[in-house]
Amino acid sequence: MLYDIFIGPFVQMVEMPDFFLQVLWEGFVAGILYALIALGFVLIFKASGVFNFAQGIMVVFAGLTLVGFYESGVPALLALLLTIGVMGALAYGIERFVMRPLVNQPDIILLMATIGLTYFLIGLGEFVFGGEPKRMIAEELGLPTGSTAFEMGERGLVILQHIDIAAAVIAILMVTALGIFFNKTRIGRALRAVADDHQAALSVGISLNQIWAIVWFAAGLVALATGIMWGARSDVSFALEIVAFKALPVLILGGFTSIPGAIIGGLIIGFGEKIGEIYWGGLVGGGIESWLAYIIALIFLLFRPQGLFGERIIERV
Amino acid sequence: MQTQEMTRTKEPASAGDTILSVNNIEVIYDHVILVLKGVSLTIPRGGIVALLGANGAGKTTTLKAISNLLGAERGEVTKGKIVFKGDEVQALSPNDLVRKGCIQVMEGRHCFGHLSIEENLLTGAYTRKDGAAAIKADLEMVYNYFPRLRERRQSQAGYTSGGEQQMCAIGRALMSRPEMILLDEPSMGLAPQLVEEIFEIVKQLNEREGVSFLLAEQNTNVALRYATYGYILEAGRIVLDGDAKALRDNEDVKEFYLGVGGEGRKSFRNVKHYKRRKRWLA
Repeated sequence: MLYDIFIGPFVQMVEMPDFFLQVLWEGFVAGILYALIALGFVLIFKASGVFNFAQGIMVVFAGLTLVGFYESGVPALLALLLTIGVMGALAYGIERFVMRPLVNQPDIILLMATIGLTYFLIGLGEFVFGGEPKRMIAEELGLPTGSTAFEMGERGLVILQHIDIAAAVIAILMVTALGIFFNKTRIGRALRAVADDHQAALSVGISLNQIWAIVWFAAGLVALATGIMWGARSDVSFALEIVAFKALPVLILGGFTSIPGAIIGGLIIGFGEKIGEIYWGGLVGGGIESWLAYIIALIFLLFRPQGLFGERIIERV
Repeated sequence: MQTQEMTRTKEPASAGDTILSVNNIEVIYDHVILVLKGVSLTIPRGGIVALLGANGAGKTTTLKAISNLLGAERGEVTKGKIVFKGDEVQALSPNDLVRKGCIQVMEGRHCFGHLSIEENLLTGAYTRKDGAAAIKADLEMVYNYFPRLRERRQSQAGYTSGGEQQMCAIGRALMSRPEMILLDEPSMGLAPQLVEEIFEIVKQLNEREGVSFLLAEQNTNVALRYATYGYILEAGRIVLDGDAKALRDNEDVKEFYLGVGGEGRKSFRNVKHYKRRKRWLA
């Protein structure tokens, strides 16, 4: 038994390095995709201190809109632009009709509002696009398909899906851009100011309405990217919304306010899940993948509640 | 320090030149709670006016009515009007007001805790469109007025002391190039020497940069030493106003706010509570 836990899996890893690398790659890709979802949450949380329950459905909604435009005969790239426009309109609508009337309410009220928003978007999405899963137009958008196999010495090979590589590159680009935006620009600084203190931000002349519209739009763009990447791997369907809950342990791990944290947290969860499932899953009859992330998150909550990179909770008068 | 003055051309403070006037305003919170019952104030351009009163008298509400921040707290100006530089305040958003030169420093500092001191100061310049060089020059000016902020520029504001946070809050307001600062309880929770230091800087800013101030204070003693004019607010009404000097010499003010007994009275034990109300209303 002890051998199976502490030695066996590592022997396996060493004996079959190609398989191990394949598992690592799968973990990496899953991690990147979790990180993309978590990124959307972080954006909204940073600027309004609210956990945006609707981020998952925004991913689905963005994906469906994109496919919907394409299916109605619009060329793929134009459909992408139109979808960006729709996410912008959505951001404006959310700011105008949800956030603005609720300014200065306790965070819990805003959380409830985003839950309401979730159901609104589910209804709207089903009404407009129907409930069936749709195929993502990854190829039409110019994303690489296919795969490359790397030979590993004499036996076995590691297969890399091109779409996964693209996902990783896009995620890294987005994180870099967002990091610069938040820390170096005037609007980014204002976003962080709003996150700290709504009232004080108002008093120095920062327009909350403008800031919120911007941040929801940014979250919408992240949702669109996430929708494309997830959609390319499976289908675009409302079931994707569930995946968003995987972002929760990622956020607890990485910290709700940290963009790099979302990435690192995503990777830890991604690697942990895949490796745990393949090498240790057998011991408990498999299925580790679906709950391991939450256990890791729980342990983190006990010992480091602000996450790995979260802003320290400052309490002083 | 003098060389770092703002480049804005100062208008001479001629007699009767009013920057802000509040005419008989009434403020109601949540549609039911009447907080201000007809408050009128006049702030001359280039003046320092003190608004004095006990807890709950309505000082903060008055200031928030002027900076139009009441909406976020479900408060509403139901009567009267506030005019800043010829425009009605109620028609402007808080950011319009900041752009026009009227900014509030809120009670309890309200620095952005997770931002560094320098980032805090820069948020004050959010509404400005006159370019990075001008903003940088003003940052330098703020550091000259508050050398301590320069030392702490990279620290997260949440970890700085109360005095530094107050300086940061005032500095942040300065970064918007205001003509009028509404300063709410700058002395709150600060040691006496620090209070002096802050008021001294307020006075310098007033003299050198031509910024007008409306100070809401409980610390009547200090406020009346630095202000030119004072209003005393009690339960949502102005009960007394006059030149700072006159107020300082006023027996009632001495008795109730400065803790100096009038003739024959040696301590508060001898002051009957009902008298207070009667004397103000007389």
